[in-house]
Amino acid sequence: MKKAKASLAVLLSTSLLFGCAQEKEGTKPADDNAKEASASKLDDVSSEYREYAIGEIEEFVDATEEFTTAVSAGDIEKAKELYAPARMHYERAEPIAEVFGDLDPKIDAREGDVKDEEWGGYHRIEMGLWEENTTKGYEKYADQLMSDVNLLRAKVETVEVTPDLLITGAVDLLNEVSTSKVTGEEDRYSHTDLYDFVANVEGAEKIYELLNPALKEKDAKLAAEIQQRFDDVYGLLEKHKEGNGYISYTDLKESEVKELSQAIDALAEPLSQIGIVTEES
Amino acid sequence: MKEHTPKDEIGLFTKKVSRRNMLKTAGVGGIGVVIGASGFGGLLTLSEQRAKGQTKDIVPFYGERQAGITTEAQDNLYFASLEVTTDKRSDLIQLFKDWTEAAAQMTAGNLIGEASLNTNMPPKDTGEAKELSPSNLTITFGVGPTLFSKDGTDRFGLKSKRPAELKDLPKFPLDALEDEWSGGDICIQACADDLQVAFHAVRNLVRIGRGKTIIHWAQTGFQRTKQADSQKTTPRNLFGFKDGTVNPDTNDNKEMNEHVWVKAEDGPDWLVGGSYMVVRRIQMYIEVWDRTILKEQENTFGRHRDSGAPLGMKNEFDTVDLEAKDPNGNRIIPEDSHMSLSRGDGKAKILRRPYSYADGMDPKTGSFNAGLLFICFQRNPSKQFIPIQERLAKNDKLNEYIVHRGSAMFACLPGVKKGGYIGDSLFG
Repeated sequence: MKKAKASLAVLLSTSLLFGCAQEKEGTKPADDNAKEASASKLDDVSSEYREYAIGEIEEFVDATEEFTTAVSAGDIEKAKELYAPARMHYERAEPIAEVFGDLDPKIDAREGDVKDEEWGGYHRIEMGLWEENTTKGYEKYADQLMSDVNLLRAKVETVEVTPDLLITGAVDLLNEVSTSKVTGEEDRYSHTDLYDFVANVEGAEKIYELLNPALKEKDAKLAAEIQQRFDDVYGLLEKHKEGNGYISYTDLKESEVKELSQAIDALAEPLSQIGIVTEES
Repeated sequence: MKEHTPKDEIGLFTKKVSRRNMLKTAGVGGIGVVIGASGFGGLLTLSEQRAKGQTKDIVPFYGERQAGITTEAQDNLYFASLEVTTDKRSDLIQLFKDWTEAAAQMTAGNLIGEASLNTNMPPKDTGEAKELSPSNLTITFGVGPTLFSKDGTDRFGLKSKRPAELKDLPKFPLDALEDEWSGGDICIQACADDLQVAFHAVRNLVRIGRGKTIIHWAQTGFQRTKQADSQKTTPRNLFGFKDGTVNPDTNDNKEMNEHVWVKAEDGPDWLVGGSYMVVRRIQMYIEVWDRTILKEQENTFGRHRDSGAPLGMKNEFDTVDLEAKDPNGNRIIPEDSHMSLSRGDGKAKILRRPYSYADGMDPKTGSFNAGLLFICFQRNPSKQFIPIQERLAKNDKLNEYIVHRGSAMFACLPGVKKGGYIGDSLFG
């Protein structure tokens, strides 16, 4: 969960970013055509991203259904197995998922993020599964989680994705990795932080891929550098794969945590320049 | 330091940020909003060029030799030892070029990078030194032995260029070195009369290097400020003793040439005009020292605490007579005192430029985590620091109160002239 940083970006209408092109129709200088073209290209990217994010949320609904069913049925082992992969869909689409400041904490709050009596969602159940090794008493949390996730699916339709959201979203995803996943604070009972880590990186990469054609036009060197750094991060994550998933956070050596953290910094720094796509060429 | 007159602003505006460029960097989106919100006045604050002719608190960056070696020690230090992560020689060269440009800007008190009006990107300069005086900032770059080869690998085609003198220091008795405080491929020593200015410098250089280098270790350091000691007496270390009384005179070129600067006859051409830097992170057992009686403290250093005078003498700079004996025939300055052993026969001198550090509490023991980041410069470590430290490590009374936790050696590159870059003699 990202604390109360409700994405203002989404609320900004596209007309703020591309306002000048639209307002000057009467006396349009020649190169305004170029601006409009570039703006509409970014708008296309935004709608493509919207599709991607909604796709992830849909899969998140399905995966949450399976997970909560297992919890309600008292199938601890299955619930444990489903927990981390289910969350990945949410983590990939986080820039959109967390827009709903009321739902995000219900789904993804960690212990201490909200008042104890309000605490539910994935991490609450995670505590039951791994700390107490039970599902007993957690059925109500499973029910509530399912209904919150369904509500998220419904609400997500209303999100307007702007280029701003994309530009900040990519780096925000990596900031999430830097501040909670790489520190092992996200999944503190299951230690499945690497799943969330990977999903955040994948979510950021998706945005990069969508903006890449525009980015290449502006700064091909920067585009190549970002790709290289994504490859570096995936290269490191590859070492920590186990079966279909990833090793426990607790099995990472201190030096490996540092290595991952620094690789994220090395990626996020050039990625933070991605706003260059909003400049006129 | 950064006041500029309206006239400067107009001049700068037309010169540095032409409207054409401004529109170009402003981008299709941001500009309308920015101009609408704040007018051109807001834009002007982005160009932070210093008014011409101002040299107060500025140590020139360009020159035959790097600053920060014979420069009078500033109040604060931020030291970073970096590991190079790229394996491309071209990346490394570009990095030194970018660093040179940024370092020249920052030491002159300017922000780095071109002002961009694109609010969809992070600012080039991190901003915390804006409005601050240049604070005599110096940025000194050095290269460690592992840059030349690591685990036998010739990483950047530099292996054959490694000077014989540039290698890990020998293990001295009582060393308790920790990897996390030792070694490094490159060092950046930033010294300034303001810690925020020093930190800003290293932070921005590390940021520029992100993806090519990572921090291996870093340390802040301090000494009494010039403000607190307007007489500029010899600084005291955290044991309360004056430290650096017999340092060679940095204003004496002959002495500097003899002890500090690498000469043509010493080794590789690329390092002529440079200097070897030895860094030791020395933890002080503060609590143990605090309960040591004064006589013992003074015998440990070989000096009187209050005056800094050699034992038996009155004033700090009185001539030292190591052979002097008391009526019972005992040496007045103990043979195992820090001063006696450091001095040896008095021929080998090093230029010491240490800073104290205080890093909170050692969580294991609850004791202060404090000590000295010992830094010294010399022409030839195997004839200067190493024999001195061998004597100290074996017999120094002070060893009861300190432990060496970190160690590194760097070859500080020669200075650079405008148009060149730090390291061009090495890579060129």
